[in-house]
Amino acid sequence: MVNTKHTLVALVEDKPGVLNRIASLFRRRNFNIQSLAVGSSEHPGLSRMTIVVGGDAAQVEQVRKQLEKLINVVKVSDITEEDMVSRELALIKVKTTTTTRSEIMQIVGIFRANIVDVGPTSLTVEVTGDEDKVNSLLGLLRDFGVKELSRTGRIALTRGSSP
Amino acid sequence: MKKTGAQILCESLIKEGVEVIFGILGGAVLPIYDTFPQYPKLRHILVRHEQGAAHAADGYARATHKAGVCIATSGPGATNLVTGIACAYMDSAPMVAITGQVAKAFIGKDAFQETDITGITLPITKHNYLVTDVAELAKTVKEAFHIAQTGRPGPVLIDIPRDVQQEQADFIYPDKLDLPSYKVPSRGHPAQIKKAANLINEAAQPVIIAGRGIIVSQAFDEFKEFAEKAQLPVAHTLLGLSSFPGNHILDLGMLGMHGTACANMAVQNADLLIAIGMRFDDRATGNTREFAPNARIIHIDIDPAEIGKNIPVDIPVVGDIKSVLTAMNKEIERREHVDWLSQIEQWRYEHPSLEIRQGDELLPQYIVHQIYEATQGDAMVVTGVGQNQMWAARYFVYTKPNSLISGGGLGPMGFELPAAMGVKVGRPEEVVWCVAGDGGFQMTIQELATITQENIAVKIAILNNGYLGMVRQWQELFYERRYVATKLWNPDFVKIAEAYDIPGLRVTRREEVIPAIQKAMEYPGPFLIDFFIEPEENVYPIVPPGESLARFLDTSKPEMVRK
Repeated sequence: MVNTKHTLVALVEDKPGVLNRIASLFRRRNFNIQSLAVGSSEHPGLSRMTIVVGGDAAQVEQVRKQLEKLINVVKVSDITEEDMVSRELALIKVKTTTTTRSEIMQIVGIFRANIVDVGPTSLTVEVTGDEDKVNSLLGLLRDFGVKELSRTGRIALTRGSSP
Repeated sequence: MKKTGAQILCESLIKEGVEVIFGILGGAVLPIYDTFPQYPKLRHILVRHEQGAAHAADGYARATHKAGVCIATSGPGATNLVTGIACAYMDSAPMVAITGQVAKAFIGKDAFQETDITGITLPITKHNYLVTDVAELAKTVKEAFHIAQTGRPGPVLIDIPRDVQQEQADFIYPDKLDLPSYKVPSRGHPAQIKKAANLINEAAQPVIIAGRGIIVSQAFDEFKEFAEKAQLPVAHTLLGLSSFPGNHILDLGMLGMHGTACANMAVQNADLLIAIGMRFDDRATGNTREFAPNARIIHIDIDPAEIGKNIPVDIPVVGDIKSVLTAMNKEIERREHVDWLSQIEQWRYEHPSLEIRQGDELLPQYIVHQIYEATQGDAMVVTGVGQNQMWAARYFVYTKPNSLISGGGLGPMGFELPAAMGVKVGRPEEVVWCVAGDGGFQMTIQELATITQENIAVKIAILNNGYLGMVRQWQELFYERRYVATKLWNPDFVKIAEAYDIPGLRVTRREEVIPAIQKAMEYPGPFLIDFFIEPEENVYPIVPPGESLARFLDTSKPEMVRK
C-alpha cells in the first residue's frame, strides 16, 4: 500500500458546527489531516472544503465514505487522480536589512510573488501556487530569516469539463 | 394558533407515532414536563437513572423497529444518557434522545447544569441538533426521526434550551423533509447482485455470516429463502442471532470469540463467505489476518462505509438487505452441498454446541437452556454483558425472529434490566426474560423501582457466580489465575427484590431450576430468580484474543485445537 497525499474536495452545508463534525470525525477515526481549507462555494448555503489527507488508497476511501455519512456533508470526491488545479497561498514575513532588501525583492520577482507590506526591518511576501512553488520560495527566504509564516493549505478544483 | 416549544415538541412526537417516553425530569426540561398532562397519548415512564432511560428506549426500539425516545435534563441528566446513546449507536438502534439545555443566554457561560451535550455526543450519534429557534423545532423533530429510523438506524439527539421550550411559534408539522445531503441506499446495484449470485452458484464451501442488519431490515423470510435455496449454512454474529431459526439444519449458531466450534471451523474453511448486515467486529473475526484464509467475500450492507473497513471484500453490495435478498433470490440457483454440510456436521458432532455437563452442579448453561425449554423459544431474551450474555447467546435456541436483545458493540454492563423494561413496554404480549449477571445487575438495579411503579412484567434470571465472571475467566486463562478485583460481595437479591415489592426465589440446586422458572412464568407480574451458579464456570469454546478463529480452547480439551 502506497502512503500518499490525497486531495479530497467536499461540498458541505454552511451551518454552525459542521467544521467541528468533520474535524471530530478525523480525530475519532484516527485519520490524519495534513491541511484543510474551507470557504464559500458557487452554491448558496454550501461551502467547499479541500482536505489533504495522508494514507493509502483504502484508508482514504474509508475517510471519504465516513465523511459522506455526515448529515451535513453533501458530496466528497477524491480528486487526487483527476486532472486538477490546486493552489495554496502563503504570507511570509521576512527579515530585511538595507543590504538584503533588494536581493529579496529579486527573488520575489522571479517567483511572481508580491510584496504586500514593507516595514523598517521586514517585508511581507504573498505567494500563490502549488505547494512545491511555495516551498521553494520559502526555502530561499529562510536564509534571510522568516519572522512569521501563514499558509492557507491547498484548495483544489478539477479542470475544465471534468466532473 | 401559536404554541410553546414544549407543546410543539409533544405535538411533533405524536405526529411521529411516539407512544412512550422514558425519562427523568429536571430544571431544564420542566416546561416540557409541564405540558405532558395536555398530551395523555404520550406515556411517560419515570426511570431512576438516565442511563436506564436510554437503555430502555434502546430496548423498546430494537423490539418494535420504531425509534425509542428518552428525555433528560441538562448537565448530569444529559451526560447520564451517554452510555445508552453510545450503545444504540454501536448496535444501530433507532433512538431520539431529547435533552434540556440552559437558556440560550447562558450557553457558553458554564451555567448551573450546563454541559455541551451536542459536543459530547458528536461521535456517538448519527446526528444531533441544538435548537436555538422555536420555529425550527418541528422541522428538527421530523428530521431527527427520519434520520434515526432510515438507512442504518442510529441515535439522534435534540438539545433544547429551556427558553426555546417556552417561546411560541406557529405549529406546522412539515410534510416534506429538507435533507438534501442525506441519502439512503435502497436497492443494491443489479450488476453487483449478479456477480454475487454467480459466486454463490459456483461455491463449494459457502457460509453465511448473518448480522443484525437482517433483523433491522426485517428480512427474515427473504433470508430463510436465500439460505435454503442455495443450501448455505448460517453462522451468526451475536446480534445476528434470531435472524434465522436456531433449530434449522443449516444453522451453525454464533461465530467468533465464544462462537460454536462448527461455526468457526466452517468460516475458517469456507471458500465463500456471504456477510450480511454485519461489520466484521473483532469479536466475530478473531485475528483478521488469518480470518477465512481461503474465502472470497461478498459483503451486503446498507452502510457503504462498512465495506472494506475491517476486512477487504471481493463483491460489495450496498443496499437494504430485504430488497437485495429479494433480488438475489431470483439470481441464485438451487444447490446442494452434501460434502460440505457433512463436514460441518462432523465438526458439530466433535464439538457439540449445546453440550451441558451431567451432575448436580448448578450450571448457567442448563438454566438458560431450561428457560428455552419452558418458553419453547417463544420469548424475548435480554442479556447483560459478559458470561451471562454468552451463555444466553449459546444455550437458548433462537427460533423466533428478533428474540435476542443484547448490547453487543458497546458491551455495557447494566443494559439488561432497563433494556428488558423497554422491550416489555414495546411488546407487552411477549414473555420477556432478562438474563443478568450479578455484577451488571447492580449497575442499573435501581430500575427495579421503575418496574414496580409501572408494573412491567419482566422475568429476571440472575446468573450469580459472585464474580465479574468474564473478567475472572480471562484472569484465570490469560493472567495465571490472579483474581484481581473480580470477587464480589453481593447483597441478597431476593431480599432486594422483596424490598421493591417484586417476588423472588433463590435457586442453589439443579432440580430447583425448572420449578422456579415455572413459578416465574405463572406469576402475572415481574419476578426475580437468583441462581447461585458454579462460581468458576467458564464460557467455552474461547478463541484467545489475537488468535485466529481456528484456534480455540474447548471445554473438554484444554489444549489448543488446530484444524
